[in-house]
Amino acid sequence: MNQLFPFPPEASLESRGVDMLYFAMVGVSFLIIVIVFGLIVIFAWRYRAGSAALRTRLPAFFSREVEIGWTLATLLAFLGIFAWAAGARQVHFAPPENALNIRVVAKQWMWKFEHPSGAREIDALHLPMGVPVRLNMTSQDVIHSFYVPAFREKQDVLPDRIVTLWFTPTELGTFPIRCAEYCGTDHSLMDGEVVVVTPAEYARWSERNGDRGLPASGAQRFAALGCAACHAARSGIAPRLAGLFGSRVRLEGNRTVVADDAYLERSILDPRADIAKGYLPVMPSYRGVASSEDVSALIAYIKSLRAGGKP
Amino acid sequence: MTDIPFDAVPERLSSEPSYLEEHTITSWLFTKDHKRIGILFATSITFFFFIGGAAATLMRLELVTPYANFLSPDEYNRLFTLHGIVMVWFFLIPSIPTVMGNFLIPMMIGARDVAFPRLNILSWWVFTIGASFTVYSLIAGGVDTGWTFYTPFSTMFSNSHVFAAAAGVFITGFSTIATGVNFITTIHTGRTEGMTWFRLPLFVWAIYAVSVVMVLATPVLASALLMIMCERMLHLPIFNPDTGGDPLLFQHIFWFYSHPAVYIMVLPAMGVVSEIIACFARRTIFGYRFMVYAMIGIAAIGFFVWGHHMFVAGQSNYASLVFSFLSFIVAVPSAIKVFNWTASLYRGRITFEAPMLYALGFVGLFTIGGLTGLFVAMIPIDVHVTDTYFVIAHFHYIMVGGSVSAFFGGLHYWWPKATGRLYHEGAARLAAIMMFFGFNFTFFPQFIMGYAGMPRRYEIYPPVFQIWHVLSSAGASVLAVAYFMPLFYLGWSLFYGERSPPNPWRATGLEWKTPSPPPKENFLVPPRVEHGPYFYHAEQDPGDLTEIDTGR
Repeated sequence: MNQLFPFPPEASLESRGVDMLYFAMVGVSFLIIVIVFGLIVIFAWRYRAGSAALRTRLPAFFSREVEIGWTLATLLAFLGIFAWAAGARQVHFAPPENALNIRVVAKQWMWKFEHPSGAREIDALHLPMGVPVRLNMTSQDVIHSFYVPAFREKQDVLPDRIVTLWFTPTELGTFPIRCAEYCGTDHSLMDGEVVVVTPAEYARWSERNGDRGLPASGAQRFAALGCAACHAARSGIAPRLAGLFGSRVRLEGNRTVVADDAYLERSILDPRADIAKGYLPVMPSYRGVASSEDVSALIAYIKSLRAGGKP
Repeated sequence: MTDIPFDAVPERLSSEPSYLEEHTITSWLFTKDHKRIGILFATSITFFFFIGGAAATLMRLELVTPYANFLSPDEYNRLFTLHGIVMVWFFLIPSIPTVMGNFLIPMMIGARDVAFPRLNILSWWVFTIGASFTVYSLIAGGVDTGWTFYTPFSTMFSNSHVFAAAAGVFITGFSTIATGVNFITTIHTGRTEGMTWFRLPLFVWAIYAVSVVMVLATPVLASALLMIMCERMLHLPIFNPDTGGDPLLFQHIFWFYSHPAVYIMVLPAMGVVSEIIACFARRTIFGYRFMVYAMIGIAAIGFFVWGHHMFVAGQSNYASLVFSFLSFIVAVPSAIKVFNWTASLYRGRITFEAPMLYALGFVGLFTIGGLTGLFVAMIPIDVHVTDTYFVIAHFHYIMVGGSVSAFFGGLHYWWPKATGRLYHEGAARLAAIMMFFGFNFTFFPQFIMGYAGMPRRYEIYPPVFQIWHVLSSAGASVLAVAYFMPLFYLGWSLFYGERSPPNPWRATGLEWKTPSPPPKENFLVPPRVEHGPYFYHAEQDPGDLTEIDTGR
């Protein structure tokens, strides 16, 4: 990083496009500023009081033609820029299917990350290079914002829902994480770092720090939290969980959703957000009941249930 | 009145006692004279300008180093909240409308006063009562939510005086609404004979447009603040996620007001600058009618762009696209206005007195502020720069570089009219030039820091940004000196300044056809208007008295 111009490196697949847009706009703005400031200076000099310049009135039609002309030109130019920027964002609408799902919990003033292997870390996030990553984030208190300048990505983290952010790291190294939404006393100290390593290294790291018994621990928690009472194989009260992960779920209101990590988490913490078709909204929210660790373990357990299995 | 725009004021009028004659305190506090009410507001907002400025000064001092020096994190958080609340609601929003609007609107349309003089003084009292709640919250220990009062932080987590501050802003809102209603009615009903809608000076149009925005938007802010107060004091679950509330709802309501509020701050500035540029370029405003349409367009479309503050807040991607599109549309009329001001200089006879320097400074800084507005209207760039110093720099270019420059321009332009005194021209020009350079010096580095990823509302920041913070703080000290200068030379002028003639700038406009300072009733005989505004070409071509082309 250059000491005088501390621009963060382009460390994600998305960052290159953002910088291109930005520097193109810097160029366009520079051009417009040169024209406007240039005209002001030229007119100020040429038409200063006492100069010999021609000052007769403009013909009556002149003003209207010019106005319509530059209004249309400005409108077209702005629509062009909008289309370019909107097109660049459009690509980013749908999360990739093969993304690595990581749970993020924000609270005053720290970041907690939980990997699929059960590995947990605080204020540090290990990620494999070149693999799309999807963060499923929620907050335990106020609104925070997960911001990695080197990835040119930012997303507010809300306390009442699971928000997702996805990107693909493309550079090895460590990159700062900052909280971008004001969240109280130590807002400016709520930072951390992303550590991008090779996929092989990530696999080793995640294995070493992971929890092989996570699905088993999830099964225990499943019983302890009383989930089994309704989600038992033939209860009929609640949808079956075996084979649920990755399937398409039909919801009330004629919607369908893919049962991914974020869906499972949302269904535990905010069950009324998505009601499976044909079931009553009887499940209570487990927000504040199931800990963040419980949620990770439950998700791992549900993922481990193959179709035709027990619950 | 004759067609010659710079004719002398009738003898009879010059001997009338001026509006400043009476000296008792009650004659000021309970006055119904729009000119005196303008002066009362000027005093109030000057006080708040320096309070808000003091908070900014302390912040810039603290930010010279990347570590916490003389402020604790909580103190720093209270300072930026104070700076925002005071500058937005107690300086910028009332500034031009309540001071210059009150002082000038009746005179500009040839009326004796506003439509509702009692409501007008009530507006100042309501403002003062609201302001005292906010001052109380500051003395009691301050507020730490940021001026945006985001939930659930403000309702469930903050341990500061949120209720008093929100109540202060809530009450002040009624003052804004009263002022808006008064101006709308005055402009509809008070116009003198011959003052048709398309003969109104652009300043009157600007105040008209802004009054409509005030009347429509401020109640929405009031509802947002009322909900915060109810949730905090009565624990009504509105935004609390634990009881099914939606914290994001607050942001939608808040920005539905606060984006139009940006136009409440900048539309009057556009009006002031149009008056000044026409006068010192000795030329009519290029495309007068398009300037009017542009202001109406901005006021209307400004209500439909609030979601561009929320691209990363968790709103739908498709909603973001629509808001991005509308933000580009609302930028078109602003661009047209810049082109028109520039074109108004063409074939002019330009002089560079202090008001003109402020006005030209406004055009330059507003152009930069507007162009960077396009950056943040683009979703991919905004995702990176929102909540960073890039956004801070962008909106300061609009509100400080734009609105505050225009406020000072208008202050200097109409100072001789309001006080009957002239000020030291050299000192005023120096202050205008220092404000321009000091401003750029302070805020341009913040664009660079912002794109490099420096988040806003950070007391402790990565040391790599220090050089840019030092530059910014150095610029702020130049700016502080520039802002103090008018206090001295205008204060001097008030007592020792040379007496001003009725029309020192040889400007058109009815406010110049009455003595400086004006008599209580403005005009003895209601003036009659026979042509459009900015009738400056008659001066260059004395034979030419045809109706001015306002660009149909």
